[in-house]
Formats: sequence, C-alpha cells, structure tokens
Amino acid sequence: MGRPMQVARHWRHFREKYALIGGKCENGHVFFPKRPVCPVCGSRNVEEYQFSGKGKVISWTIVRNPPSGFEYYKPYPLALVQLEEGPVVLAQLTDVDPDEIHEGMEVEMVTRKIREFGEDGIILYAYKFRPPIK
Amino acid sequence: MEKPVIIGVGMVPVGEHWRVSLRDMAVEALLNAMDDAGIDKVDSLYVGNMASGSFIEQENLGALIADWAGLGNIPAVKVEAACGSGGAAVQEGAKAVMAGLEDIVAVVGVEKMTDAWPSDATRYLAYAADAEYELFHGASFVALNALIMRLYMKTYGYTEEDLAHFAVNAHANGAKNPYAMFKKPITVDTVLKSPYVADPIKLFDAAPMCDGAAAVIITSKEKAEELGVPKDKMVELAGFWRAIDTINFANREDFLTLKAAKVAAEKAYKIAGVTAKDIDFFEVHDAFTVMAALSLEALGVAEKGKGAMLAKEGQIAIDGDYPIQTMGGLKARGHPVGATGVYQTVEAVLQLRGEAPEGIQVPDAEVGLTQNIGGTGSNITVNILRRV
Repeated sequence: MGRPMQVARHWRHFREKYALIGGKCENGHVFFPKRPVCPVCGSRNVEEYQFSGKGKVISWTIVRNPPSGFEYYKPYPLALVQLEEGPVVLAQLTDVDPDEIHEGMEVEMVTRKIREFGEDGIILYAYKFRPPIK
Repeated sequence: MEKPVIIGVGMVPVGEHWRVSLRDMAVEALLNAMDDAGIDKVDSLYVGNMASGSFIEQENLGALIADWAGLGNIPAVKVEAACGSGGAAVQEGAKAVMAGLEDIVAVVGVEKMTDAWPSDATRYLAYAADAEYELFHGASFVALNALIMRLYMKTYGYTEEDLAHFAVNAHANGAKNPYAMFKKPITVDTVLKSPYVADPIKLFDAAPMCDGAAAVIITSKEKAEELGVPKDKMVELAGFWRAIDTINFANREDFLTLKAAKVAAEKAYKIAGVTAKDIDFFEVHDAFTVMAALSLEALGVAEKGKGAMLAKEGQIAIDGDYPIQTMGGLKARGHPVGATGVYQTVEAVLQLRGEAPEGIQVPDAEVGLTQNIGGTGSNITVNILRRV
C-alpha cells in the first residue's frame, strides 16, 4: 500500500519538472527553481521565467549505488548543468555514452521518465539533459 | 560571558551493533559520561540525531533516552541538523548552560544506521539534501560529493591519489583508537583499488554506514568547581558558531568553498580569541576525502585549492603541523551520522586532557577545533575547545 497524496506531491511541481520554468525577479536575476525570495538580491517581486533548456556540463558522476527506488536504472549519469542563462541545475544525463561525457559538453533539456516501480505506482517525469541532436 | 566547560565524556565503540538498540547505545554512552563527571543526575538532555525515524522508526528521542536512563521529568529534546546534528546539539547544550537556565546539561549523539537496507539507508541520508530537486533525480549523498570531488580535482589539478592521503591518514590514526570501527592501517593503493561508488569517489574515499553513541556533560566553571571536578578534567568550550548555505548544491555561489564553514569558523575564532594558527588539532568532517580538503581551506588552515596539498605533504598527521582525524575521523572511526559531532567533541576533550590513546596523542594540545557538516555543506557547526 502506498502513501496518500503522492499525486498531489509531485504534480504541484510539474511546471518546474516538465518545462524547466524558474523564476525572475524585478531586477532581472534568474534562478531555478522559482522561489518566493530572489537568492541574489532578496527581492520578493518574482515572476515565472522560461529557460531555454540549453546548457553545458560542469561536473558529473556515475551513480553506482543508488538510493532505493532507483536500483533499476543504475548505473546512471548525474551532472551539474550550467544553463546558458547562468543558473546551475542538477539533473540526469540521457542519450549519451558515459565515456563520452566531458567538461563543457553542450546539452539540451528533454522531458523524460525519472522513476517508476515505486510503491505508489506513480511514474515520475522531469527534465534531463542530452547532447543536442545534430 | 562565562564560557561553559565539559566535565564528562563517554562513548560506545563505533561498529555494526546488531545486538543492541539505539536506546541501549545512547544510555551506555550517557551513563559513561555521567560517571566520568562524577554525577548521578542532569538538568536537561539534548540528543544529536539525524534520521532515527527513518532508520529505526523511532522518534521523540529526548523522552526515550531520558526515560531509559532514569533521568526523571527533565527537559529533553532531539536536535537535528543532518550529519551536523551532534555538533549542533553540543552547541544547544552549551547555550542552555550559558543562559543560566540549567546547571548541568547532558548531550548525547546517537545513530543506528545498520538496521536499514543499504539502498534505503542511502535514500535516508539523501533526505539531508534537496528532496525535491536532488534526491528526486536519484542523487545519493555520495553522488553529490562526487560532483564536488571531480570539480576540485579538475580545477586544482589533483588526482585521486592525492586525495587518497586523507583516507590513509584517517586509518593510520584509527588503527590506534580502540573505539574506532576500522583498526587497520591502509595504503594509497588500498584506496585506488577500491571500487567506484559514484565516480570519482571510491569506497575508500567515503565513510561507512555504522552505529554509535557518544556523550558529554556540560556545566559552568562555577558549578564544576562546586562539584569538585579537578581542573585537568575540565575542557572549556571557548567559542562556537554555526551557519547555513543553500540546501541545494547546484544553487551555491561557489561550489569549491564551504561558505557555511568559513562563516562559522571566523565567528568561532573571534569568540574564542584565537586564529587557525593557534589550534593544535582539527577534527574536521571527513565524510569524504574531498570534504576534508575543503574543510581545511574553509577553516583557514590551507589556502583555497591547497587543502589536498597538506595531506599529500603529511602535514595532517599526528606529528604534523595540522593534525586532523586524530582518532580516525569519520572515515576510520566511523560516521554514525547524527552522533559524529559528539564523537568529535569527546575526542577533542580526550586530546586536551592528555588522555588520548597511545600513539595518537597530540603532544601538548591546548586548543582543539571540531567541524561538523550537515548536508553537502548546508548546515555547518564549528566548536573550539580549550584546556582550562
């Protein structure tokens, strides 16, 4: 038996998770995810901001001993991606040979399955990054 | 303001304690500390613990442990700051004494991790990161620290071998500590040949899953003298502070600076009236080899990017200029996460009393520092202890 409200728990963030929508304050600072107070200047006047999804890898690892719920997917690459607008996002990499990942590798965002097989039966989707299709 | 003193310490060996419960370990450590202090009651209890609700399905540790130890209807509460819970609990206990609210305060750090499946334990530890934007993507704690390690190596030109020296130092010291989980020295080769957990972090770059409990008794100097505690048994909490940084590592201003540790250390140094040069040993939070390097830099012991150089040059050994991991550190003594900060404190007291085990006593130690990290550096405490 799963836990209640899991659909609500994940669905409440679908704009961030599915479409990489972050925040932008009145002074032009952009950040991900959106939050009520700008982490740069403290402004409380924040609106939604659509990131382009383009970025580059600045660090990465291959997860071989995953947290429970992710065993089926191991080993999987996890990276810090700097978006072209500046903010850094933690995300999985996909559609890439792990041996080909390198610092500065250009990537683009896609929406992919993150996990299923949870006890709640919910399939989670969110942003991942892959090398651009040429 | 009068600074509090530690008059009693106790602990159980770190290990995989399948035959005892969390409460058994906590009570044993606590009673040992009370005996060491020569007292039979305390005015309040602070419990450092990270994830008892997840690991063993037990919360309300304040009531559990005070009840089980026969302490009566005292105030007792659990203090949680991820892996930094122990250091934070020591600070909360010290503050209670300084505030004059309580005369004698007990602090117990306890964690029992080995009752959980390894993959579940990996998940529980990641609750200290950003659950919605880190764990959600399958980020384990080792993976997050691996991202830091790769950046550190790339940015400053270090190799996996360079960082392995932190693990070697830890095990060299842990081998002489009867309370350590791992009592065998290792070589750089041991580290390099161990399997990757999350590249480039290998098994021997990381601290183990384990169980343990440690305790200290804190009081005022006035009360200690009244109790007849000998001066050479007292260790003063000369200065302490803590600070936070972003919960999500990706949101950090600088990925290679432990800003929270820097802020906490600068404030603690000022309160204690010392600088990094005055400290005789540093119990840093070496949950991963790279974290030891970044800690030395944040504490002002090494310049930015030079932390790993100290390990490579052997300056972190007991007879070096900046001893760290004096009793094995998190790597070799073990890292029962919520208890670690109290273990560090107990070890610092033993060093300052001159009661450290043979071979790992820092000669003529007068001032020691403990640094306890919660999260990937999102909640860090720095405590400075000094001989009275």
